[in-house]
Amino acid sequence: MTNLVEMIPYARFLGVAVERVDGAVQCVLPFREEIVGNQRLPAIHGGVLGAFLELTAFLRLLDESGSTDRIPRPINFSVDYLRSAGPAATTARAEIFKLGRRIANVHVVAWQQDQKRPVAYGNGKFLL
Amino acid sequence: MSSDKTATEKQYALASIFGPGRDELIDHTPHARHLGIRVVRTGPCEAVLKLPYRAELVGDPTRGVVFGGAITTLLDHASGLAAACAMETFQAIATVDLRVDYLRAAAPGLDLYGYVRCYKMTKNVAFIRGVAYEHDPEDPFASCQGTLMVGANPTASPFTRFNDEGTGETSG
Repeated sequence: MTNLVEMIPYARFLGVAVERVDGAVQCVLPFREEIVGNQRLPAIHGGVLGAFLELTAFLRLLDESGSTDRIPRPINFSVDYLRSAGPAATTARAEIFKLGRRIANVHVVAWQQDQKRPVAYGNGKFLL
Repeated sequence: MSSDKTATEKQYALASIFGPGRDELIDHTPHARHLGIRVVRTGPCEAVLKLPYRAELVGDPTRGVVFGGAITTLLDHASGLAAACAMETFQAIATVDLRVDYLRAAAPGLDLYGYVRCYKMTKNVAFIRGVAYEHDPEDPFASCQGTLMVGANPTASPFTRFNDEGTGETSG
């Protein structure tokens, strides 16, 4: 899975690390100045959080299929911003809500220090 | 998605800087600077941004196609700016949700544009929709729809500095 991140320039660009917790892929987005969207708070750029959620959903699906022969393609991705994400590492975990023959529906939650206080929630549909 | 009549009659907080290429509108955002995002144009309730093509934004190395998340970032940023361009007084903005539809793969190796319009602004909520394209907004590769919360506290708004400077005129 780490090799996979190495293959995706955008994932490398964000510095995303992949780990496996309780059998499922979990991603970590380290904090750095370049991902700040609002300097006054400061808060991580909403677009970066959305991208990170989408990446996590994508990697979860790839891991599930166990093959890179067929790359899932996103149909759409929706992000709910629940609270502002401060200057700290962000973790995201995806669950495959429905794995159909052609379409997968994936839910993703991201949090910082406290898993019970999520910063963003994502839902994506992917063409398999 | 052209300006309607009521839109042109309103007084906008950022009206004095509407027009082409006001990059100072996003230069205070480290991530936008990092990606090299530029402002193409702002106007009443709308914004057009450009994301210059860079190899590191690619999501699919075999096809050279930019990762969907980078498009989310472009559209998210344009959404915030479009909502700011719809405000009559300076207020903080926070994105509540954003949905991006990937209509087709973006053409590899090209600069990408995001055009977002705030089609309804209420006391508390801004409603936006927009498209991302390479050449023509009528032939987009992605579209988006979202809502932003408009707060009463201007201190967190990066746009207040335009107000701090009096008439909204900037020194760049």
